[in-house]
Amino acid sequence: MFSRAYKAAVTLPPLLWVTVFLLAPYLLMFCYSFWSVSASQTIVHSWNLANYGQLLRVDVYWQTLLRSMWIAARVTVFSLVLGYPLAYFLSFYAGRKKDLLYQLVIIPLWVSYLVRAYAWKTILGSDGVLNTLLQYVHLTKHPLEFLLYSPFAVVLTLTHIYTPFAFLPIYAALEHIPRNLVEASHDLGATPGQTFWKVILPLSIPGVVAGATFAFVLSLGDFLAPLLLGGPSGIMISNIVVSLFGAAYNWPLGAAISFCMLLLVVTLLVLSERLEKKWSFS
Amino acid sequence: MTTSEIAITRTSAADAVGLSSLLGIRNVAKQFGKNVVLRDISLDVAEGEFLTILGESGSGKTTLLRIIAGFETASAGEVWMGEERLDRQPPYRRRVNTVFQHYALFPHLTVEQNVAYGLRVAKRPEAEIASRVSEALEKVKMSAHAKSKPSKISGGQQQRIALARALVNRPRLLLLDEPLSALDANLRRQMQVELKSLQREVGISFIFVTHDQEEAMVMSDRIALLRSGELEQVATPREIYGRPATAYAAQFIGHTNLLKGEARAGVVRCGLLTWAAALPDGPALFSLRPENIRLAPEDSTAGRVRVRGKVRHQAFHGATELIRVECGDGMVLVVRTPGSGGAVSDVELEFSPADAVLVRESPERI
Repeated sequence: MFSRAYKAAVTLPPLLWVTVFLLAPYLLMFCYSFWSVSASQTIVHSWNLANYGQLLRVDVYWQTLLRSMWIAARVTVFSLVLGYPLAYFLSFYAGRKKDLLYQLVIIPLWVSYLVRAYAWKTILGSDGVLNTLLQYVHLTKHPLEFLLYSPFAVVLTLTHIYTPFAFLPIYAALEHIPRNLVEASHDLGATPGQTFWKVILPLSIPGVVAGATFAFVLSLGDFLAPLLLGGPSGIMISNIVVSLFGAAYNWPLGAAISFCMLLLVVTLLVLSERLEKKWSFS
Repeated sequence: MTTSEIAITRTSAADAVGLSSLLGIRNVAKQFGKNVVLRDISLDVAEGEFLTILGESGSGKTTLLRIIAGFETASAGEVWMGEERLDRQPPYRRRVNTVFQHYALFPHLTVEQNVAYGLRVAKRPEAEIASRVSEALEKVKMSAHAKSKPSKISGGQQQRIALARALVNRPRLLLLDEPLSALDANLRRQMQVELKSLQREVGISFIFVTHDQEEAMVMSDRIALLRSGELEQVATPREIYGRPATAYAAQFIGHTNLLKGEARAGVVRCGLLTWAAALPDGPALFSLRPENIRLAPEDSTAGRVRVRGKVRHQAFHGATELIRVECGDGMVLVVRTPGSGGAVSDVELEFSPADAVLVRESPERI
């Protein structure tokens, strides 16, 4: 149908782009993860697994990785808990206000990430909006310290930022459920509650899986929220990678950690893809 | 159509079926904004009856069905099932089940689980569910596919599952929304027969919605002809075909010749045709079925109306032949004959005045 020249002209640019800007850097990173740094701060191109060994041996690395996963898991759960009811309401009950409400959910995505993260800083700080209010109404005598520079602040901020990402695929999945299935369920005697658990929820699973994957993967690799709001106890794995590539000048170790994260994320994506396939019926 | 006329039609039809009334639709109207979809519909469905709501697309037939099922609320009027006011109940409390136009089978459940759905939500014991489901699947000859997902079976098979899923709940009334429209012609004819015999077997009242007049004729005990949101006629297929009440009914169900005439002093005059009829003076409209007009034999039969004409068009249909005859004065009659034996040009036609059925005009509605 199309000439070979045309096919080549269309496929080559994206292929080149992916190779030069994605595959090549990953390959380079993979190579780096086996090298090491000499005492004189130069990269030694000798192949060994020392970096991976260090990752397992030194507590701070694997503990931070686990904590990052724990933070990401909480963000995922909260994003789903917030995003699902919102998507459900919008899809089934919003009526004519649907489009407007949908836009309202989307709009925060246009606001800079930094602005939203800083906004939480002004709310959660010791002189922040929340603490001032709590003391004003005499609920507390002193500012609550755990609000800012804590894993709590990181989870809260990341939940705020990634809930729309969980919401969108769930909403899309709900919109795809043929409404006559809901009618059929009512027709067969199922109450709205039974209909939700037996028809709507199972049919929206692909959206839930996609939304959960978005929320988990994006927050797992996040480094701005922990940097701005995490404090020492809220450090995440990306912050360590950043410092290894920066101040610490240990690119090989940073590359090894990055590669482990990449592996983790790719595994998750493959799993979620399978789950989505298993639960889609069209 | 005035209310008193509907009342007469209703009573006579219910008597014809000879059973007690199961569903009563009383003065139901529906409008979406300014768009009036149904106006003043009153209709009874008898116990064990196969009633077809027949109408063109946009006639409001599906809306009427959805009001009975509970997916739409009527703007006015009431729906009764026996002593129970149905239209105030949510759909899941009505002892009514629906076979949807596109089947609406649950894609994540197997055939068996689909059929069991109604019994599961009603929390019937598992043993009872198992036996009723397998019985229902047997009835629609789908036992072999019990473990399949709906996407793995054909349209005709999905149709049967939708039927089994509804009937397994033993509803008092089954609603069918154009359930055969997605099937090809052969399967469709086969399903018409199966559906009809299944209905006789289970003895449940069926309300069947279709736009296909032939389907309606083949399957129904009675047909309710709906036009632009109003009932045009409710009668048995024979009655509605032989005695159409309106010009629309006559034209929608089968072919017909509409003759516009004038009655004066007991004589009707339609162009060159005249015959005696006891009618009040004034304009009158008649429906004359093509098969009731004959190519006249040499020896004239007494009391028949005769007219000469020129054949304009002849179409061979196998068992019969349709001939368009121009009878002068701009009048064209369509005649159905068992066979003219070849091309003809000049013919003499005759019909019995009794076959010219007086019908009401069907004014245009918006």
